[in-house]
Amino acid sequence: MIGWTGWRLAFSLLIFPGFLFTVLVGFVLSWVDRLVTARVQFRKGPPFIQPFADFFKLMLKQTIVPEGASALVFLFAPMLGVIAMTVATVILWNASFGGSGFVGDVLVLVYLFALPPLGLIIGASASRNPLAAVGASREMTLYFGYEFPFLLALLVPIIKSGGQVQLEALVAAQAGAPFLGSVSGVIAAIIVLLVTQAKLGLVPFDTAEAEQEIMTGVYTEYSGVALAMFKLTRAMMMVVMPLFLVTVLWGGFASWWAILKFLAIIVLVVLIRNTNPRLRVDQALRFFWFGLGGLGIVAVILALAGI
Amino acid sequence: MSKLGLWGLKKSPWVYHLAAAPCNNCDIEILELLTPRFDVERFGVVLVGSPRHADALLVTGVINRKSLPRVLEVYEQAAKPCLVICIGTCTGDKHIFRNSYNAVGPYDKHLPVHAFIPGCPPRPEAMLLGVVKALGKL
Repeated sequence: MIGWTGWRLAFSLLIFPGFLFTVLVGFVLSWVDRLVTARVQFRKGPPFIQPFADFFKLMLKQTIVPEGASALVFLFAPMLGVIAMTVATVILWNASFGGSGFVGDVLVLVYLFALPPLGLIIGASASRNPLAAVGASREMTLYFGYEFPFLLALLVPIIKSGGQVQLEALVAAQAGAPFLGSVSGVIAAIIVLLVTQAKLGLVPFDTAEAEQEIMTGVYTEYSGVALAMFKLTRAMMMVVMPLFLVTVLWGGFASWWAILKFLAIIVLVVLIRNTNPRLRVDQALRFFWFGLGGLGIVAVILALAGI
Repeated sequence: MSKLGLWGLKKSPWVYHLAAAPCNNCDIEILELLTPRFDVERFGVVLVGSPRHADALLVTGVINRKSLPRVLEVYEQAAKPCLVICIGTCTGDKHIFRNSYNAVGPYDKHLPVHAFIPGCPPRPEAMLLGVVKALGKL
């Protein structure tokens, strides 16, 4: 017997705030991404149905496992990101819709966010391709780069809410005024925004898949269903990362107006992507550690001072 | 391949630019085709960097003894179903290289070719028409 709670958990994981819903929203957002990019370049852009067509095509194409690659690891690695993002999205939506949270779910989220790049690194390393290996090494460097300012930025809402590590409590602490209204909140939001950029692999920080240098880097050997899973992870991250920013710093999903906050963050991310050149991986590392890291320390000090 | 996959393939053909000993003339026109002016992303066409992701290979250049094995290898590495679209007169009837000892026949002797787009180089509009016709045949 699974029981009522079990069915509800399965439903929330697989259908409503979980997998299916996030994938649908993610596809719409990746269409918004491509549309805004097209408009910046004075183009018409792809039709609304485009991300769905891409996905179904990849699902039904041949999946090749390269000779000499570790087949199990190569095919399992793409699933890692999908699973992590499914769980992360359920935790995040529950915080806003008043579902069941638990103490420390913010910290669980930090670990779940680490899984998609990990899957990418493992998969690329298992594919036995020199270009993918270069991509994996760059992805690893980038990950160690952005995790430090990300954790510092995450400290700001925790300090401002008086040491709460539960998403529900963070949202409740912002009931009157969101943390974004303060100086430290603004700095933290800027850091989270730029880390979102790096986590999504968008232009200033897309060294791991730089087309002009290393083909498509980490994705080089992937085809068919496995590549579709990576695209799915990326579409889900396009929902999860802005949702995280809205939840911890911008007051959560208190009303339907929050959809506008969501779109504003996405459009900002796409505009940053379209107006910046790619950084080399050492430049990106220096930017994250000494630039954003320093800003993060300032934000934490300001938060402790209550500004 | 199922109906849904076929629909997906027609709506999002990702192309891989395979320059096999061309004179660069057709390649420059392909790059022209991918500029915002022609906006091929309207039809879901995206340039990809790896043959594993490709749904169509855009092959340019006269086929010769040195390039043929490379082209065949790239074709074998591509995930099927994968279209082969030959661009430029060289790929078909060898053009000015027809008397060369090194040119080994049109591409369809060695590969399943879905479309030849003649021209030296063909205009971007002609390439677009060729891709649309090749997809229509599926």
